[in-house]
Amino acid sequence: MKFIVAIVLHAFLAFAIGLYSQFPWWLFIATSGVVSFFIAQTPAKSFFAGFIGIAALWAGLATGKDLANAHLLSSKVAQILPLGGSYVTLILVTALVGGLLGGFAALTGGYLRSNSTK
Amino acid sequence: MRIVPFIISAALTTGLVAVLNTPLSVGKTKTPRLGYFLSPQQGFWQNAEPENQSFDGNIVTDGLQDKVEVLMDERLVPHIYASNDNDAYYTQGFLHAKFRLWQMEFQTYVAAGRLSEIVGPDRIATDRFFRRLGMLEGAEATMKKMANNPALQAAVASYAAGVNAYIKSLKPEQIPFEYKLLDYKPEAWTPIKTYLFLMFMSYDLTGRGTTTDLQMTNSKNYFGYEDFNKLYTNVQDSLDPIIPKGTLYEPASVVAKAPASLDSLYFAKTASVTPSGPEAPNKSNGSNNWAIAGSKTKSGKPILASDPHLGLNLPSLWYEVQITTPTHSTYGASFPGSPAVIIGFNDSIAWGVTNAGRDVLDYYDMKFKDSTMEEYWFNGAWQKSVIKEERIKIKGQPDSIDRVAITALGPVMYDKSYNANGSNGRYLAVRWTAQDGSSGLQTFYELNRAKNFDDYVSAIDHWTCPGQNFAFASVSGDIAIKQQGSFVARWNRQGDFIMPGEDSSYLWQGMIPSSENPMIKNPERGFVSSANQMSTDSTYPYYLGAANAFPLYRGIIINKKLNAMSGITPDDVKALQTDNYNVFAEMARPALFKFLDESRLNASDKKYVGYLRNWNLRNDVNEVGASVFRAIWDSLEVAVWADEFKNASLPLQWPDESTLLEQMLRDSVVLFQDNIATPNVKETMVDALTVAIKKATPYLQQMEKEGTLAWGAYKDTRVNHLLKIPALSRLHLPIGGGVHIINATTNNHGPSWRMVVHLVDGIEAYGVYPGGQNGNPGSKYYDSFIDSWAAGKYYRILFLSKEAAKQNSQFKWRITFTHA
Repeated sequence: MKFIVAIVLHAFLAFAIGLYSQFPWWLFIATSGVVSFFIAQTPAKSFFAGFIGIAALWAGLATGKDLANAHLLSSKVAQILPLGGSYVTLILVTALVGGLLGGFAALTGGYLRSNSTK
Repeated sequence: MRIVPFIISAALTTGLVAVLNTPLSVGKTKTPRLGYFLSPQQGFWQNAEPENQSFDGNIVTDGLQDKVEVLMDERLVPHIYASNDNDAYYTQGFLHAKFRLWQMEFQTYVAAGRLSEIVGPDRIATDRFFRRLGMLEGAEATMKKMANNPALQAAVASYAAGVNAYIKSLKPEQIPFEYKLLDYKPEAWTPIKTYLFLMFMSYDLTGRGTTTDLQMTNSKNYFGYEDFNKLYTNVQDSLDPIIPKGTLYEPASVVAKAPASLDSLYFAKTASVTPSGPEAPNKSNGSNNWAIAGSKTKSGKPILASDPHLGLNLPSLWYEVQITTPTHSTYGASFPGSPAVIIGFNDSIAWGVTNAGRDVLDYYDMKFKDSTMEEYWFNGAWQKSVIKEERIKIKGQPDSIDRVAITALGPVMYDKSYNANGSNGRYLAVRWTAQDGSSGLQTFYELNRAKNFDDYVSAIDHWTCPGQNFAFASVSGDIAIKQQGSFVARWNRQGDFIMPGEDSSYLWQGMIPSSENPMIKNPERGFVSSANQMSTDSTYPYYLGAANAFPLYRGIIINKKLNAMSGITPDDVKALQTDNYNVFAEMARPALFKFLDESRLNASDKKYVGYLRNWNLRNDVNEVGASVFRAIWDSLEVAVWADEFKNASLPLQWPDESTLLEQMLRDSVVLFQDNIATPNVKETMVDALTVAIKKATPYLQQMEKEGTLAWGAYKDTRVNHLLKIPALSRLHLPIGGGVHIINATTNNHGPSWRMVVHLVDGIEAYGVYPGGQNGNPGSKYYDSFIDSWAAGKYYRILFLSKEAAKQNSQFKWRITFTHA
């Protein structure tokens, strides 16, 4: 349950802070650190909660944009990057990039808690 | 101890952010900042425009005097209805920015020599080139001249304010896609950027001299003037000039006197140079336009057609717009970056432009005291030059300073620091009319409002550079064409080569008065036309410039067809504008067969010669004969010229195709038909053609095997993104046409805006351009016209009053601009 709550919080807070686009795109590492600081879990669980939360957020937002756009832009970007023109791969890469950062931020927050509570 | 994993994990997180927030080098290019670029809330996903995007809006701004209403039609063309002119231009600026911001800024970066700021050190040579050419000085001179045109000055200022209002309204995640890709941000727009853009158009249409004058000098030195004059002849037997042959001209009022030292210092062999300018405008930059009088049309009203041939790019150079205010109502293609309509019509008249091709750029060979370039020798004394330090910002590197010397004969383009090897240590100053600035925008401002022929004449009188052929037609029934610009009164061959710059004898002696520029109004033949050919026959009292700047064949076929037509409708004009008939091949094929000895060909050769023989002379998409003709002709050019040109260590321009063809047709001895690589044999044209065909055969066989022998595939037309990124370009377009053909579409160049205007009351107009109204590659309107354009189809243009537009179902969206 804690795990699920953490995932939801990671995603929700990252989304909320992301609305302030005058700040750097990576600011969600702060919210993810905070979430995992307050929700004590094993390091592995902390990491995966962050990973899944942000990956799901990024994949979801990207998929929403992509569907409305009928894959027009993603197919082009997936040639530039280059990912063989596959919008599916591009969404997965997007999710992976966000997820990794969310995961490590959460892991860091979790370790910070275990430092300060021991 | 949890402190170690904490530190490791914190370091990993920070490192990951750092990597994902930095452009990475992949080969020669850099990636965007990947984390930022992929971030769905900030990166490129934000530019994925929903298919069913609504463009409705209400913009509240303090930059307006009154309310403005914009109705967008289903093709995303805005129809601007404003209660005063400045509000209209403010809105035009806002909309240009909304749909084309990246492009309009990018173009002005190029023009200002600031490309390195965006793309890094690879393009420093280009930046130095444009700065040395005097682009910024020209734009500044234009800005100064604007003080004489306060209404236009206010229009440009309102336009800039509109652009800036849009830029200000942008949230960071809304900036266009290319900014995210290249990782920079839009800056504020200023009037000087409008003038820089117009300087770029001057460069694109008159800047070929920066390369050709050097190449011609080399050719003259290599072959000697006598042979040069035959190879790069100024005689064109088949010329059908813009002003019909036999027209009488008044004697010149400005007579340029050739210097006494002409033979020894100019036509004689001089020092050669290796031209290696990083940029040169496309040789095919040109256009067609014509206006047909009511006497030849079905309706009895004139029809005007215009299609400017330029590099084909995405986002397109053009943006369609209607501007309606109490003073005027106009529609046409506008330049993102400039207010007003550039090629279009209003309720009384229509106009279109083609390039005049006149030479307005020359090089002077300067003598400096030393490499500081502070003093140069002129008219028997050392003169002080002005030294300008150009600071070039470079992405990811410290700034670079370029030191440019400015003389009375223009800024020094090539010197010991720029292209030092190529210029052999010499100093070449470049003099170009565009450096003086121009009030040309006033021309469009007035044409947008012109009611009749007199208004047209006084509007184009402001036009200086690049010289254009302005075709005109009015609802009241007049047609006209005038070649207008500020043209140098030259002695024969003046400026075709680098000129001595040590005294005033080679300077420009005066400009041709506008009243003496070639013009015709309502000619008896019932039409006027231009296609970049020489404007007049040799009885015109001024030197037009080297003939290789004037393509021959489109003019011939347009006039031939128009002469034969009657009862013309707009559909006939559309068919003519997209016609793929190859008049060059019509003349060249019999000339080829005249020199053909079939007994020397094998079965494969004969097969392709058969294709050529049976070809219908049309460069349609599926014609194989067109490809065979092109391959054999190119091969023949190589057989005739390559042996002579191979030994030149300097880059030379080959003679025009017309030079070879006219010699073959003339039945005289063809120059250089002998292959000098085989000293014991005296080759004839028959030998050259045999060799040419035998070389073309394996090439054609290869094409046939690959299935690319049909003309459309052979030519392989594309519309490139401005950054030449294939994924953002449109490739392999099924379209015919080509060089010398009315449908002048080559591989990446051609009709950039096709317009046909029937001057009936209320105006009936058609248009299409190879692009789309929205510059965003993530929009379905990015390239939405390209398939129609390739198929030769047109859109019926909606040119309506606000009330009528509101009733029309083809209008989809409404943007209101209200005063804050």
